[in-house]
Amino acid sequence: MADTKYNFKDFKSDQEIRWCPGCGDIAILMSVQKAMAALDYDKEDYAVISGIGCSSRFPYYMNTYGFHGIHGRAGVLASGVKVANPKLSVWQITGDGDGLAIGGNHFIHEIRRNIDLNIILFNNQIYGLTKGQYSPTSLFGQVTKSSPYGTIEQPFHPGELVIGARGKFFARTIDNKVADTTEILIEADKHKGASVVEILQNCVIYNNGAHSAITSKETRDDNQIWLKHGEPMIFGKEKNKGLVLDGLNLKVVTIGENGVTKDDILVHDAHQELPYIHLALINMAVADGFPVAFGIIRSVEAPTYEILLEEQIKEVQSRSKIKNVDDLLHSGNTWNVD
Amino acid sequence: MDKKIIEVDQVVIKFAGDSGDGMQLTGTQFSNTSALIGDDVSTFPDYPAEIRAPQGTVGGVSGFQLNFGKKVNTPGDFPDVLVAMNPAALKANIGWVKDGATIIIDTDSFTDKNFAKAGCDTEKLKEIYNDYNVIEAPITSLTKESLKDTELDAKSKARSKNMFALGMVYCIFDRPLDHSVKFFEKKFAKKPEIAEANKKVLKDGFNYAVTIHAMPSFRVHSSTIEKGVYRNINGNTATSWGLLAAAEKANLPFFLGSYPITPASEILVEIEKRRDLGAKAFQAEDEIGGITTSIGAAFAGHLAATSTSGPGLALKSEALGLAVITELPLVVVNVQRGGPSTGLPTKTEQSDLFQALFGRNGESPVPVIAASTPSNCFNYAFEAAKIALEHMTPVLLLTDGFIANGTEPWKIPSMKDMPEINTQFIGKDEKEYLPYLRDKNMVRKWAVPGMKGFEHRIGGLEKMEITGNVSYIPENHEAMSIERDEKIKLIANNIPELKVEGNEDADVLVVGWGSTYGHLTTAVREMNEAGTKVAHAHFNYINPLPKNTAEVLSKYKEIIVFELNLGQFAKYLRMMHPTNHYEYYDKVQGLPLTVKEIKTKVNQILEQL
Repeated sequence: MADTKYNFKDFKSDQEIRWCPGCGDIAILMSVQKAMAALDYDKEDYAVISGIGCSSRFPYYMNTYGFHGIHGRAGVLASGVKVANPKLSVWQITGDGDGLAIGGNHFIHEIRRNIDLNIILFNNQIYGLTKGQYSPTSLFGQVTKSSPYGTIEQPFHPGELVIGARGKFFARTIDNKVADTTEILIEADKHKGASVVEILQNCVIYNNGAHSAITSKETRDDNQIWLKHGEPMIFGKEKNKGLVLDGLNLKVVTIGENGVTKDDILVHDAHQELPYIHLALINMAVADGFPVAFGIIRSVEAPTYEILLEEQIKEVQSRSKIKNVDDLLHSGNTWNVD
Repeated sequence: MDKKIIEVDQVVIKFAGDSGDGMQLTGTQFSNTSALIGDDVSTFPDYPAEIRAPQGTVGGVSGFQLNFGKKVNTPGDFPDVLVAMNPAALKANIGWVKDGATIIIDTDSFTDKNFAKAGCDTEKLKEIYNDYNVIEAPITSLTKESLKDTELDAKSKARSKNMFALGMVYCIFDRPLDHSVKFFEKKFAKKPEIAEANKKVLKDGFNYAVTIHAMPSFRVHSSTIEKGVYRNINGNTATSWGLLAAAEKANLPFFLGSYPITPASEILVEIEKRRDLGAKAFQAEDEIGGITTSIGAAFAGHLAATSTSGPGLALKSEALGLAVITELPLVVVNVQRGGPSTGLPTKTEQSDLFQALFGRNGESPVPVIAASTPSNCFNYAFEAAKIALEHMTPVLLLTDGFIANGTEPWKIPSMKDMPEINTQFIGKDEKEYLPYLRDKNMVRKWAVPGMKGFEHRIGGLEKMEITGNVSYIPENHEAMSIERDEKIKLIANNIPELKVEGNEDADVLVVGWGSTYGHLTTAVREMNEAGTKVAHAHFNYINPLPKNTAEVLSKYKEIIVFELNLGQFAKYLRMMHPTNHYEYYDKVQGLPLTVKEIKTKVNQILEQL
């Protein structure tokens, strides 16, 4: 496809990066640039589309076609671009406020339609650009500028929304894990359909350490499980913990204890159509004694909207007598006045 | 009944019944038949917002008014003939028919029960026999009788009664049955028993009218129309086709992002059908999704449009501002209806003019143009797209429920006669692309994803002149605001001048815009024919106004602005051309103007001069 090989630097624009020092967005930017360099497209075939929020400044820092939209509308802007030109690789950059609050409606519908978009959801559980109000993913009881006495709202789990919208691809990663993130982004692009990648992103100013229970050096080995399709769900510093099914529920076990062997551990099947285990994996939380799941949790093939549309156009064109506008104007009842 | 034959240029008929009685179909059949035999026809479907309002009530009355004959520009003020399928239909319309009009009633439905449902008094009804030419016909029972030997169920039999009424009216106006016969054969090709039933009822209705001597009491003078191939068209179809024509002429793929809303939904429905022309219609999850997918498609190099009505335009405002600042081509069609809020969804109004002109945050100029007849929606949709593509701007096209649903015969244009459209793509051989470098018309160039070497970023943040980088420089924001404004003003160089119809040398100028054209031109023509000098200027281009607007307006002692709102266009003209005096004539009833009220107003002003 491409006649050039790119370096990730080819995707850097000449604009000065204005995110705060230490912002998780900076690492994500590098991961996206590396993923694009590794993929097969020509540079002019990438379009990076965003809404409003800190993360939505993203397109300005990319040397690709880019569109910084309005609050909540990245999903529909990106849908329009992709449906118009299915040859493009379209990346939607959105946050937990942009994508799940003001743009929540578009989020579920773009997933339901299965438009082939890479939807990169930066989840920092806060509104950063408006200076620290709670978002739809802020924790219950979280104290923020707009919840001085703690929120009284239950948060969304983005992955659960994806499953609820009958989504086919969901992955989760962490901002500073550039190599893992790059690999996931490449897979997200290769997957045909709406691919949602939730990136746990740290806002150093308004919600610093929001994910530290999961990401801190001391606890991360026991609190993260990186899933790979076809491999057993094993985690822990000693690589001796795993997940099994106990009735309908997941359960953490230790290999070598109570007669548990490696063969008892569940093998990750990202491709299975039925979403129940994916849903259980998505909802695992440290507070419940589980590791948080990362990697590609769900990746199921299904027809995509923009291809179905093009096929339908071809099919209708093959049997319609109307080939151009003159034909259309003369279709149906007409009469001659001599 | 006397066999007096009245010779007339035009006749107005209204078919009225329950919203399930098939009055729209009946009216459409009569219109199509009349158009086929060479009459001018103008129609006005008038239906309730409820899909099936309670049967027999005034709120559930659905009507279809049409005017046919010679020099027809409106669906007519008041019917010469009213077909009332029940007491509610009679009650809802009796105040609007001409003195001495012919009224055909289905006596089977004029029962005490139905009078009660309609909330009217049987005694009072009897008075109509003195004032009008009432033709009584037991339509329901005759229809059942006509179909007694068929296998149809009782419900289907009853449903055919509208065709009995149509047959009667065909007889009265000496219309041939073949057009409707062919229509049934085609429509019910897979259900021949239904086709046969409809044909039989239609013929029996015709013959019944012959039998009771309800026969040609009118002779309508046919129009002398230009040679050519004709068809009937309504405004929404014409709008859809105009957009498709522009895409073909500009050699661009077409995209419509839209969300269903009365009375604009037919545009989405029509474009959805046009997969055969490669059109991509996208039914979005909401109004905002409708316009924003279109902006995405415009960014990707399509001719993109979105269609809506007033409340939907309100929802699209923010995104429309995005199209303004990103300077992308986009057509926004607003089929106006009564407002505010949900207002009168199925009724017509011109009250979104201010919303179209001013309804966005910031300095956000948008060209606004308005179609004025059902068929010229084609031309103005084409023109809206041409302006959008040539000037790199969103364009608002205003139509309204009246012309969107109304139909008229239309001489089919040829694509080769449509004007060229010059898209503003950057040349492939250009060395660099500067997104906000402007030409003499202040227009920037268009580079779309997939074009090698022209990668760039646009968005809702203010942009630096020429480079398009994000800029917060105060002077730059002012300069860009002025440039965006100037760009729209310069469009005036590429639109036609304002024309004056009627008697140019009159003292009084009748001014209108958009869908009031038919009524205004008819009133002005009739007044001039009767010896009263009146001039008429009609605006299709609202922002910018035609260049000669001041010159035209300044010639007249009195300017009367007629519109279906509380004076929005008059106020706009007063703002743009403050030295003239403007007299207002406003109507906000969800109804079109009548020729009669226009004449009354003009005469009243003339008396004061």
